[in-house]
Amino acid sequence: MDQNNYKMKVSELVEKLGLKVHSGESNLDKEVWGGYVSDLLSDVMGNAGEGMVWITLQTHKNIMAIASLKELAAVILVRDLLPDDDTAASSEAEGIPVLGTSLRTFDIAGKLYEILKNNNLPQGS
Amino acid sequence: MKEFRADLHIHSVLSPCGDLDMSPRQIIGRARQMQIDILGISDHNSTRHGPLMRRLGKENGIFVLTGAEVTSREEVHCLTFFEDDMQLALFQEYLDRYIMAFPNDPERFGHQVVVDENGNIIDEEKNLLIYSIDQGVDQIAKTVHDLGGLFIPAHVNRQRNSMISQLGFIPQDIGADALEISRHITKSEFLELYPSLAGFTFIQSSDAHFPADIGRACSLLRLGETSFSEIRMALLKEQGRGVVLP
Repeated sequence: MDQNNYKMKVSELVEKLGLKVHSGESNLDKEVWGGYVSDLLSDVMGNAGEGMVWITLQTHKNIMAIASLKELAAVILVRDLLPDDDTAASSEAEGIPVLGTSLRTFDIAGKLYEILKNNNLPQGS
Repeated sequence: MKEFRADLHIHSVLSPCGDLDMSPRQIIGRARQMQIDILGISDHNSTRHGPLMRRLGKENGIFVLTGAEVTSREEVHCLTFFEDDMQLALFQEYLDRYIMAFPNDPERFGHQVVVDENGNIIDEEKNLLIYSIDQGVDQIAKTVHDLGGLFIPAHVNRQRNSMISQLGFIPQDIGADALEISRHITKSEFLELYPSLAGFTFIQSSDAHFPADIGRACSLLRLGETSFSEIRMALLKEQGRGVVLP
C-alpha cells in the first residue's frame, strides 16, 4: 500500500467490513490508505503512520494517545473487545473513532487489505 | 538516616523460570553473603513464598518486602509489595480470581512449587504463572493502592513486557510509586532516552532467577530504619528519605 493511492473514508470501511462503531461516531469521514497490525504500542509508535487504520487487541487508553500522535484514521478492536471507558472518552475527545469486529486479527487484516488493494486497482481493470 | 542495600526483584523456585536452588532459605543465605539489607520477593503472579521469606529474613537480619511481579492484560510486568501477611493474602485472593486458567506444563515451562523452610515441597501452583491475569494495569495499580501497597512498573527499559514496550509510554496518572530499570542500563542512559521521566524515583534490581544473580544490581535506600513505611517514604522522596542508584 502506498500513500499516493486512492483513499477510502472510514465510514466506507465500516460499511464494507460490517464494523461496530464503539466511539468517535462523528469522525468517520477521515481517509484511510493503509493499515498497521500490532499489539505492542511502542512498535505502533515507531512504525504506524498518518491515515492508517490500526488493528489491535489492546483496549487501554494509551492506544488513543498513540493513535492521535501518529494521526491514525481509526482503531479496530478485534474479537469483540470493548474499549475501556476512558479509552472511549479519549476517542471522542481526540476525534479518532474506535471500531470493532468479532473477527480475529488475521481475518480482519486480510479483509481490510483486500478492500484497500481492490480500491487501488486502476479504473476499468 | 542510613543507607540500606536493596534488591527488590527476586524470583524463587515458585516462578516457573526460577532455578530449583532458589528456595527461600537459599535466597536469604545468598542475600546475606551479598550484604543485602532489604530484599523484595516477587514471583510471577503469586505471593505464596512471601510469609516464609519474611520470617526467614527476620531471623537473618534481612528486611523482606513481600509481593509479586504481576503480568497485566497488556502483558506489562509490575512489581507489587504489601506491608503484612493480611494484605498479602487479600492480594493473593485477587490474583487467584483473575489468573488465566491455563494449566502449567512443568516439563515445558518449569516447576511452580511452594516449599517450606527446609526446602520440602508443600504446595504447587497449578495454573501457568507466566501468563497474564485478566486485569489491566490501571485496575492492578488501583487494587494495590487500595490495599496500601506499592506499585512499581518493572524493568521499564526492556523491549518486552515493560510498560513502555506494551503501552508506548508511562501513563501520567498510573500512580507508579517508582519505576524499575534492569541491570542492563544505567539511570542516566535511560533518562537520555526518556528525559520526560526524570521526575520519577528509580530503583534498579537484579531480577534474579539464579542464586548467583542476587544482588547483581541493587538500589541504596536512605531510611531512618528498615520498615515498609520508611521504604514508601524513600520511594516518594519524603522527609529526607530517598533512593540512590550506585
